[in-house]
Amino acid sequence: MSSTNPNVKMVDSHTGTATTGHEWDGIQELNTPLPRWWLVILYATIVWSVGYVFVYPAIPMISSFTQGMFGWSSRGDVASELNALKALRGPMVSALGGASLADIERDPKLLTFARAQGKAAFGDNCAPCHGAGGGGSKGFANLNDDDWLWGGKAEDIQQTIAFGIRSGHPKGREGSMPAFGRDGILKSAEVSQVADFVRSLSGLSTEASFDKAAGAKIFEENCAACHGSDGKGNVETGAPNLTDKIWLWSSDKATIVEGLTNGRGNVMPAWVDRLDDTTIKALTVYVHTLGGGK
Amino acid sequence: MSLWQKHAIFEKNSIILIIGVLVMISIGGLVEILPLFYLKSTIEKVEGLRPYTPLELAGRNIYVREGCYTCHSQMIRSLRDEVERYGHYSLAAESMYDHPFQWGSKRNGPDLARVGAKYSDEWHRQHLADPRSLVPGSIMPSYPWLAKTELDVSHLGEDMNVLALEGTPYTADMITKAAADAKAQASDEDPGDLAARYPKVIARNFDGRPGAVTEADALIAYLQMLGTLVDFKIYDDKANLR
Repeated sequence: MSSTNPNVKMVDSHTGTATTGHEWDGIQELNTPLPRWWLVILYATIVWSVGYVFVYPAIPMISSFTQGMFGWSSRGDVASELNALKALRGPMVSALGGASLADIERDPKLLTFARAQGKAAFGDNCAPCHGAGGGGSKGFANLNDDDWLWGGKAEDIQQTIAFGIRSGHPKGREGSMPAFGRDGILKSAEVSQVADFVRSLSGLSTEASFDKAAGAKIFEENCAACHGSDGKGNVETGAPNLTDKIWLWSSDKATIVEGLTNGRGNVMPAWVDRLDDTTIKALTVYVHTLGGGK
Repeated sequence: MSLWQKHAIFEKNSIILIIGVLVMISIGGLVEILPLFYLKSTIEKVEGLRPYTPLELAGRNIYVREGCYTCHSQMIRSLRDEVERYGHYSLAAESMYDHPFQWGSKRNGPDLARVGAKYSDEWHRQHLADPRSLVPGSIMPSYPWLAKTELDVSHLGEDMNVLALEGTPYTADMITKAAADAKAQASDEDPGDLAARYPKVIARNFDGRPGAVTEADALIAYLQMLGTLVDFKIYDDKANLR
């Protein structure tokens, strides 16, 4: 290595750029300076950081931390953003809050707003069970059809959304299908008979061993109290209509036998503590106007 | 010799370089990490939080084992759209009994910080076994073995013992009763004095199957309590701005 005296600046004759002074076998290392724009940005960020420390909460102290010149906080920020949102929606939300469900559906402007808000809330909260379009899936009710387990009037839907079904909420809807087989109320042969009878109610095929009179008798003694003598169901107890072609679980005999054996009692959570009243109202209107509302 | 030239001392002596690096990292740690341990404002004072019950803890262990955290976060950030979608932003206090925390860093699936009580047990059962039966477009893998595998409760006491060493307020009584408490919380029968040890505990047959306590019982019990402990009606937002 040649001399490394820092006071003597060595310049590469070929490029005109200064060298670091290091030399290996006649090869010298160029000391190309950093681009000016890069250096300017570097120093600017250092200056910026000093300002940042004073403007925003930054330095931890003994019992607290520096609060910044304007008292900014991320939690305060989101609170004011939510307030701004509330103010923006304010007039429509209070109109929605003051109007009855029937009024909302009569007023095109309110209806549009409620359906838009309801659709967003439905996607966030209801779609995992009832499907993105309200089509439901096995065990989770389709909200587009005319069949309503607990009533399809707007008030019924509002009640169901707010307090849920078998949700544990004191105002929740109660009533579930007992486990006729498991609890020994019906023998397995009787379960099979009544399952066939239930299928016959909606015109589905029955097995050769099916005895209609026996099935009807079992139905009358065990099922009619909730599902009605005609099998048309009862919205007071959430007992489904067994005479139509709409099935919550499935119409195949094995599924009906499974329900009769182990009972059914799907839960819908109560939303009254999670969503505000206006959102529940908007959801009600949205679900009511999906297609099947009564 | 200018100041810049003094740097040569560090470059030419590795021991001095190492000492210099350690000094710089220590300053960073002192300024950025240490205050979190002594500043009272780091963890909010909230009502209602309690350590996990043995069953919830077992569910949390399954959550970690199956790698749920790689696709699900448990951290609602203080941003308008997140609060609108998921509910109140997460508090530091809500993960104070998590060792390690499950904040996650990726959301292939939704945030789960407040998924508790949002859906029914039946939904969770079906969704864990076959997500696409409920959400046709879901990319979540199926976990059908959870409902078929009996939960191993034998190590829960040891798990709680380790957490107690780390500062989770598990008492000797809680640790002794760990296995029995786990089974009691997942059965249809009256869980006895479980709620005396774990306030607000939800005890029911989470997997819907009579008899055996399965891994699905534990995981659903854990999911159904996530984000439900803090009572936000009495929580003072203004006292905890930061």
